[in-house]
Amino acid sequence: MKDNAARENLGVLRLRRGIAYLVLLFLTFLSLFAFYILFINATRSHPDIQKGFSFFPGASLGANFTNLMHNANLPVLSGLMNSLLVASLSAVFATYFSTMTAFGIHAYRFRLNQAAFSCILMVMMVPTQVTALGFVRLMASMGFKDSFIPLTVPAIASPVVFFFMIQYMKSSLPLEVIEAARIDGAGEFYAFNRIVLPMMKPAIAVQAIFTFVSSWNNYFLPALILDSKKKLTMPILIAQLRSADFMKFDMGQVYLLIALAIFPVVIVYLCLSKFIVRGVALGSVKG
Amino acid sequence: MPGTTLTKPEASSSQQYPASNGANKKTKGVSYSKWGYFFIAPFFLAFAVFSLVPLISTFYNSFFENYWVGLTQVGPRFVGLQNYSTLFSDGDLAAYAGNTAIIWLMGFLPQIIFSLLLAVWFTDLRLHLRAAGFFKTVIYLPNLIMAAAFSMLFFTLFSDSGPVNSILLSMGMESPYRFLANVWSTRGLVALMNFLMWYGNTTILLMAAILGIDTALFEAAEIDGATAFESFRKITLPLIRPILVYVLITSLIGGIQMFDVPQILTNGNGNPNRTSLTLVMYLNKHLFSENVGMAGAVSVLLFVVSAVLSVIVYFSIREKKQPKGGAGK
Repeated sequence: MKDNAARENLGVLRLRRGIAYLVLLFLTFLSLFAFYILFINATRSHPDIQKGFSFFPGASLGANFTNLMHNANLPVLSGLMNSLLVASLSAVFATYFSTMTAFGIHAYRFRLNQAAFSCILMVMMVPTQVTALGFVRLMASMGFKDSFIPLTVPAIASPVVFFFMIQYMKSSLPLEVIEAARIDGAGEFYAFNRIVLPMMKPAIAVQAIFTFVSSWNNYFLPALILDSKKKLTMPILIAQLRSADFMKFDMGQVYLLIALAIFPVVIVYLCLSKFIVRGVALGSVKG
Repeated sequence: MPGTTLTKPEASSSQQYPASNGANKKTKGVSYSKWGYFFIAPFFLAFAVFSLVPLISTFYNSFFENYWVGLTQVGPRFVGLQNYSTLFSDGDLAAYAGNTAIIWLMGFLPQIIFSLLLAVWFTDLRLHLRAAGFFKTVIYLPNLIMAAAFSMLFFTLFSDSGPVNSILLSMGMESPYRFLANVWSTRGLVALMNFLMWYGNTTILLMAAILGIDTALFEAAEIDGATAFESFRKITLPLIRPILVYVLITSLIGGIQMFDVPQILTNGNGNPNRTSLTLVMYLNKHLFSENVGMAGAVSVLLFVVSAVLSVIVYFSIREKKQPKGGAGK
């Protein structure tokens, strides 16, 4: 009797495992097929692409690249540099100042401590779009229209990064360390910069990646702030490509531009995916 | 702990905080506490300048008539709540809110179903899936992709002469299917992209929640002869309910903000016939045409809705994050 039941269970288990693999393969296909076509078509020439779909890469990657770089309507190189600059600065501002804020609330028991913590949690989920009107008008009146300041400096107040940092501090930043630094005569900011920051490195790395990526991908605000061609970031270039008369374009260049916007992030992700996936579970406030 | 609902947050937060404060008291002198203000000052300063002032100014502007007709500016003139009454009476808002809700639901349903399935499978020790690391990496990947580029990619892939149609034609279809000229295929594409971008994230969150459950419960259920589905329904589901609520609400807030994907896919028009125009696309239209009053009214409305949802998230985080953070380590 018992043997029969066990055998039956094993059969059910095998069946479940089979279904699981099927579903996983299906989802993998769904997630990757678009990127596969993107990769293939970025390496093919315009006439090739027009002829129909192929499963194998072409030989025109170099030609597409040269054409794209010399395309006067699409300042791709400056777009990449601008995106890189804005995203890097945002990542630095967000991680440094949010760690600082988290440390202030975690390590010091001042009177407004709890109020400050609650306040940050309250505003964590408020979308940036709802303040966009006032934000754009304010930036215009301060003379920051068409500048990178409105896209980078506000990252100083990043509630989500703050929340991750304070969670991490609760689990792995013993306050005795600060005590010890004080006894050795360190000032508070010195202790933060020289002792706390290095101890927070793993958390900072994860959040730096997330902030970098979300700034790199950001389209809504930059589109409202940036005007001049030299300052455009990658998402705006893509949007411009979309609103231009589409069929006149060299499709090889179109695919390559999309690839240039996507693949840097993909490569970084593939190198660091273990930490990133762990970071999502740890912070778990990525809406 | 896991059985408690979100309606009673006071009890747990008041237990939680005095305890941690008591521990702090032992380890530090009184004279240092004022330093906390210096550490949190930059954050609150930046928040006040870049979020609070704009928010107040948005509210303020929503009470004025202020727009452009050609090159002449109308207003600004105080009109009280007139922008709001226009907003609610002309029917556009309801239609766009409906579009947003439909597209969000079309993406969210498969998202939560597949995420639950995957989370259960990945955490099931007896199932012992191989290459779980590879699959986790793949399913999370689309989340990091630039939504604008992803959408542009889908636009090219599903255009009338794009690769998908060329594959369909080679499989024997007679004429290309015009994905972006049909209401439900356009909405479906937006929903598909939202689904692909978020199911990996949700899977990881649910996995963390399931891994936090005491394994003895599952062992006991197995000894009592429960099938996998039974222990999922009777143990897993009730115990991860707080996280499910969290996922639902944050996804709703994300859904309200839906912009990049439909904006790029339909070039801001919400084609066909504005059936895929979302609330934030509507806001964006007003922002670009500098109809300040109406943009303000739409913003305030979105703010109120997301603020209500945020309050729910706030309480769910305060109550539930403590045990979860420990489980994630």
